[in-house]
Amino acid sequence: MKYNVILETFEGPFDLLYHLIEKEEVDIYDIPIAKIADQYIEYIEQMKDLDLDITSEFLVMASHLLEIKSKMLLPKKEPEGEQLELEEVDPRQDLINKLIEYKKYKEAASKLKSKEKVHSKVFFKPQEELDNFLEKDEPVLEGVKLWDLIDAFNKVISKNKKNGKKVNIKEIKRDEITIEESIENLKSIMKRKRKVKFSELFNNNMSISTIVVTFLSILELIKNKFIIVIQKKNFDEIIIKINKT
Amino acid sequence: MDKREIKSIIEALLFTWGDPLSLEDIASIIEIDKNKVKEIIDSMIDEFNYQRRGIQIIQMNNKYQLSTRPEHYDWIKKLCSPKKNKSLSNAALETLSIIAYKQPITKAEIESIRGVKCDKALSTIIEKNLVKEVGRLEKTGRPILYGTTDEFLKYFGLKSLNDLPQIDKLSDHENNTA
Repeated sequence: MKYNVILETFEGPFDLLYHLIEKEEVDIYDIPIAKIADQYIEYIEQMKDLDLDITSEFLVMASHLLEIKSKMLLPKKEPEGEQLELEEVDPRQDLINKLIEYKKYKEAASKLKSKEKVHSKVFFKPQEELDNFLEKDEPVLEGVKLWDLIDAFNKVISKNKKNGKKVNIKEIKRDEITIEESIENLKSIMKRKRKVKFSELFNNNMSISTIVVTFLSILELIKNKFIIVIQKKNFDEIIIKINKT
Repeated sequence: MDKREIKSIIEALLFTWGDPLSLEDIASIIEIDKNKVKEIIDSMIDEFNYQRRGIQIIQMNNKYQLSTRPEHYDWIKKLCSPKKNKSLSNAALETLSIIAYKQPITKAEIESIRGVKCDKALSTIIEKNLVKEVGRLEKTGRPILYGTTDEFLKYFGLKSLNDLPQIDKLSDHENNTA
């Protein structure tokens, strides 16, 4: 029978290392690196078996541990003569510092967690509805009719004219047809007729913007390979056919 | 105005406002010196505690707010079924505590302490408004510096950053390699 053991999850390589050190009850300042490295790698193997994602950080730490382990195996240089022994830099030192630093914040985090637990049991009161007490801006357009606006507008125009300034007022028109709509139109025409002349798609009543939009939709449909365009010879009528594929 | 009246006004202000109200605002409203107001609020906090009132005044930096007491949670729970606020994940807590103690700090520094990436944890605590950008480090790439918010203090019931739980000072071993 196959069964899975749920292992503790770790926040990262430091978390796992720290856990191993705690479990072994070894001195953090004097980590038996060979032992811990083996256990660390064993744990990663277990993670693999359990189909847990092993992030690259865990692997980096594993190789780092092995590097330290091998460094520790190298014979140390004997200090020459009877001079004061210069302290050799322990290859573990860097790791130890980082672990201790990490431990600090891990502990702080757990202290914060207990504070969070207490303080999540507190309720606050929403702010009173103060809108009614706020000074309101008087509506600017109260009592103004549409014709008042037009009068005012005309006044401005005539005033400007008197001053000899050119007034250039243009109307901004809403697009008669959007490209999306036009493409849908074209598609349905093509499905119905299978084959049309280019000129059939345009007529004299069309506004410039509609012509442009229609043309753009033809280009789009060609790009999408919905239609193909054929011209037998120069200046011949262009034929648009639905693409069979 | 006698002290009792001032206290009563402050209580009314805090009640109405609901959100954290700053010492400066209170002082300018009742037109009394800031330090005096602080003194009065401090004594109010004591009185509220001493009289075991159902409401307490909490402090975060120089802002004050009314809240219920955590020990009444079980009773309030009977009144309604409060949404269980999801507590922070360990990753988020670790990231948050590093920021709290070492702020302002860049993401790269946090990651080097934790030994893992912390994008997700960081975005969670930013979303919860516990941490915010406090500036840029004037170095290559101008990385963002992060710091805690007043909301952070409120969330953990801290009066100020000085209220953070003590963590061990760096040990002597730390300096060996220096």
